[in-house]
Amino acid sequence: MTVPPAMIYLDNAATTRCDPRVLEAMLPYFCDQYGNAGSRNHRFGWESEDAIERAREQCAALLGAQPKEVIFTSGATESNNLAIRGTANLYAKAPAGSPGRGHVITDIIEHKAVLDPCKRLQREGFEVTFLEPGTDGIITRAMVEAALRPDTILVTVMWTNNEIGTINEVPQIGALCHERDIIFHTDATQWAGKMPVDVEADHIDLLSWSSHKIYGPKGVGGLYVRRRRPRVRLEALVDGGGQERGMRSGTQNVTGIVGFGKACELCAAGGDAERQRLLGLRNRLEAGLTSAMDVVQVNGHSTKRVPHISNISFGFVEGESLMMGIAEIACSSGSACTSASLEPSYVLKGLGVGDELAHSSLRLSFGRWTTEAEVGHAITSITAAVNHLRAMSPLYDLHKEGIDISKIEWQQH
Amino acid sequence: MAYSEKVIDHYKHPRNVGAFGTSGEVKERKDIGVGIVGAPECGDVMQLQIRVSSEGRIEEAKFKCFGCGSAIASSSLATEWIRGRTVDDALTIKNTKIVEELALPPVKIHCSVLAEDSIRAAIEDWKKKNPGAADAATTAPTTTTTA
Repeated sequence: MTVPPAMIYLDNAATTRCDPRVLEAMLPYFCDQYGNAGSRNHRFGWESEDAIERAREQCAALLGAQPKEVIFTSGATESNNLAIRGTANLYAKAPAGSPGRGHVITDIIEHKAVLDPCKRLQREGFEVTFLEPGTDGIITRAMVEAALRPDTILVTVMWTNNEIGTINEVPQIGALCHERDIIFHTDATQWAGKMPVDVEADHIDLLSWSSHKIYGPKGVGGLYVRRRRPRVRLEALVDGGGQERGMRSGTQNVTGIVGFGKACELCAAGGDAERQRLLGLRNRLEAGLTSAMDVVQVNGHSTKRVPHISNISFGFVEGESLMMGIAEIACSSGSACTSASLEPSYVLKGLGVGDELAHSSLRLSFGRWTTEAEVGHAITSITAAVNHLRAMSPLYDLHKEGIDISKIEWQQH
Repeated sequence: MAYSEKVIDHYKHPRNVGAFGTSGEVKERKDIGVGIVGAPECGDVMQLQIRVSSEGRIEEAKFKCFGCGSAIASSSLATEWIRGRTVDDALTIKNTKIVEELALPPVKIHCSVLAEDSIRAAIEDWKKKNPGAADAATTAPTTTTTA
């Protein structure tokens, strides 16, 4: 299906449009320079290898890392799996099949690509603590510190949450882990490329990030693996030809890696000016919507949030029907009806947002091509849709009558 | 998910939206039956109000709905279908007919069940308020539906 030109894309936290400059950088590596980077004995191979190493430099530069510390993967999901399972298995305190293999700390609002590998570790003899954030959605150093044990081997906490955009205390948690000789991994999928990273100052051992969230192609991502102070080792998940220093075998995705490198370079160049521009858009949207209607709640900490994500609950209106009313705007909802599981967002529930407000939420996320005019249109369109739906919402009537809907005994299905 | 044209039409132009008064006012009125089914934490609540003549005929029906587009369309359609029918006749409306009419996909069948339940609940409420009328309409089966 072709997208009508009037569509407004406010789902940049799901994926982004590939930057045409990225595509341009990739093109030669499809039909002209198509060598296997592992072919060491002819020019085709050398060209591809050179291209990959240039990309590795561009990616490392974004993080303040050394090029050798960057491993290319198929995306952040693989990077998370490799980081979590790869370190746990290598640093385990007891052999596979026995209990007491070690302790891992994470939290309940991580992406599934972190939660599920952690749950797998639990089945394999590790113990995992799942920290719960407060209502502001932030995981703090103090929370991690209180959960530390003598047998803790790994802490994995995302830098910013993908649904609500809240910023966790990553540099502080990293410093804590380095004081205690514990490995620290962060899923920086919504952070790296958008916000500044310095793996040294931020005390990061392992960092996962993705190309398609930062205007690069899909199907490629990176894992930063610290080489000095301390040197972090990993057990590979994929064995084979020993590419990527043996940590990720398989012929490298040259075109994807070249694109990812270019995407990282462009993001680094965008810097603070782009962050300020996105913050302006987000503030305008949130101010516009909260002033136009009552019972509109911005979820997550009021200021400790990344500029490109806004998660808003519109009381007494169900998210899927709201999205139906703003069909020209592409965005996401925490409503159960929009998920395969028919459960409302576990992230919003994790914050203590009531189920009915979780059902009523929209995630609007901005990117390189989002304009002021689009945000203005979104405010008008969302306000009209919410008013249309509230006019037929029995819950809004009860609210206006002064009845607290949480006090009613509902006939559940 | 793509919605059927009928669902989109009911969403954009819902039929018979409204209520016969506040929750307190309708409680006092004997000619009004109110059915509220679902729960906010499940993502759908349907409220159906019917105004019934002393002979047991539904003269007017109004709905309010918190829910997805399919839930809104199901309840909007329900008001169209029950209007003018006797309460006993209205009880014969099955959710499967709503599914058929709106071309609901399997994942949205519960919306149609909710609409059927709201019809039952509203009629039950009216019968409770009018025990005599309820005797006259005893043929109504007390079917339970499975969600």
